Amino acid sequence: MPEHTVKAFDEDITRLRGLIAEMGGLAEVSIQESLDAMVQGNESLAEKVVKRDRKIDAIETDVDKLAVRIIALRAPMADDLREVIAALKIAGVIERIGDYAKNIARRVGEIEGRKRFEPLTLLPAMGDLAAEMVHDVLTAYASRDPELALEVIRADAKVDAFYNSIFRNLVSHMVENPATISSAAQLLFVAKNIERIGDHATNVAEMVHFAATGDYPPDEDN
Amino acid sequence: MKQRPTLSRPALALALVSAIGMVLAGVSFYIALIVFAIWIGTLWLGSPKPPQPERSDGDGVFTRASVGDLIEHSATPMLLTQGSRVTTANLSARRLLGSHLVDQDARVAFRHPEAIALLGRDAAGSAIIRGLERRRDIWSMNRQPIGDGFAVIELVNRTSEADISRAHTDFVANASHELRTPLASIIGYVETLLESPGSLDSETSNKFLATIAREARRLQHLVEDLMSLSRVEAEKHDQPDEEIGFANLVERAARDAAGSERSDRLELQCDSPVLIAGDSQQVEQLVRNLVDNALKYGDDDKTVSVTVDTSGKGEATLTVKDRGEGIAAEHLPHLTRRFYRTDPGRSRASGGTGLGLAIVKHIVERHRGRLDIESVRGEGTTVTVRIPSKAVADDVVKLS
Repeated sequence: MPEHTVKAFDEDITRLRGLIAEMGGLAEVSIQESLDAMVQGNESLAEKVVKRDRKIDAIETDVDKLAVRIIALRAPMADDLREVIAALKIAGVIERIGDYAKNIARRVGEIEGRKRFEPLTLLPAMGDLAAEMVHDVLTAYASRDPELALEVIRADAKVDAFYNSIFRNLVSHMVENPATISSAAQLLFVAKNIERIGDHATNVAEMVHFAATGDYPPDEDN
Repeated sequence: MKQRPTLSRPALALALVSAIGMVLAGVSFYIALIVFAIWIGTLWLGSPKPPQPERSDGDGVFTRASVGDLIEHSATPMLLTQGSRVTTANLSARRLLGSHLVDQDARVAFRHPEAIALLGRDAAGSAIIRGLERRRDIWSMNRQPIGDGFAVIELVNRTSEADISRAHTDFVANASHELRTPLASIIGYVETLLESPGSLDSETSNKFLATIAREARRLQHLVEDLMSLSRVEAEKHDQPDEEIGFANLVERAARDAAGSERSDRLELQCDSPVLIAGDSQQVEQLVRNLVDNALKYGDDDKTVSVTVDTSGKGEATLTVKDRGEGIAAEHLPHLTRRFYRTDPGRSRASGGTGLGLAIVKHIVERHRGRLDIESVRGEGTTVTVRIPSKAVADDVVKLS
């Protein structure tokens, strides 16, 4: 980006982007750890994820304050304004992603008979896809890369397809093993949460595309 | 040690010549000596102190630019930060994290919480961070503050160490099973043939021999694939740099994989002039595996299209599209796992080793590319490989 005449403005924007990246990093780790905790039944790891969410919320507040301050004091125009607006919205979305990770972590204790509970093995693959999307979208944000953002948007179809297949799989598992219905139902929510993480990564990707080019990406039918 | 001021030689010579002149002119020797001594004394007092020498080489003053030059061609990714901003990044760091990171907040480049904690600290330290470039890699990050708010960050890739230990356990678990299955049937049939000489009619024994030959060949393929997989994996962390005309190579390898009897099913579209930096042998193997898969699993009477193109970001893309029954969505994320099969019976019957896509994945990763598999049930599967083109890789080098 070209430098601004007012040096402090550059510093503010840089700090804003730094905060978003920090939030994203926390969310990324939370997704991974919540899934690990779910598969291994590691409740102390789950506890850590729940605690981390507070930090994410705190940074979101920081981002809000800073963005409002930038708008009020510097009256940014054109791509600078887009940058600030996008940051404001992305912060909200990442906060939601953090919440979903927290929700997954909260359900760790609810799964019984983990060793013999076979549908659990389906989750990591789906979680990987969603985590990959979040990773890529944050990289796209860091490099202001609209192409990579579009790629993330396209990847969402895979997560959705995966969700549908897990859904069917879990329902048939419930029919065959009524004893595990409560665990399987919890798993359905987890799968739904992962699916929502994918959707939100898509939202961030749209913002990244908007901040970089000024246009929202064309709607693809999925 | 205190430096003595030195006297200039011409001044000394002048004083000496004057004193000798005075003696020759008849002035008393002692008076001449005293004048000479006073002359020297005033010269000595009046001579300027020599300037302080530059500080020795070791703690000479470095400018930001000179530090940048110093680290530029280091093989280790290194960065210089001032406050929270990245001010300089060397070539390896720009390759790893993208040239955009210069002048950004360091948190944008390293968003892992451990890394951010390290950036916020005043003291030197190190942290292990996951998912710096790819999501699974492991890097150790060392940070050393050097005063005035500057700090040097060094990144060391630890992925290979973690990979090796994981690869070992994986290999022992899977390969032994896969190797034993064909061996078991070979031994079984051979023992039957040995134990009952003459009692089997020639048709049955021929059938047995055919099975033995088939299983032995499968074993051979398996060993070959395992060898190339381990070769690719061994070289995974050094980047290949041979300049390859992608389209030509793809066309040759695809024809090679199809052989004479299947070549009419190929639909080649390879006229993009894109160059990549790669390992030609491995890229050839990648194309062969993909095309062979597509021909094998696509419908026998349908074509397979192989397309080489460039993407918007200047990557070379290879698309291999078959028209067959496709792959169910739940299998897609597992396809590149070693020995993973969607339908074990069918795959064995067609002579697959279960390693083809694993090899492809490793080759793509070594070339810093991306592998994408999409499939629609009833329509077919599309595999897309994207490898950064030579121009893009060079751009990063030029940017400084």
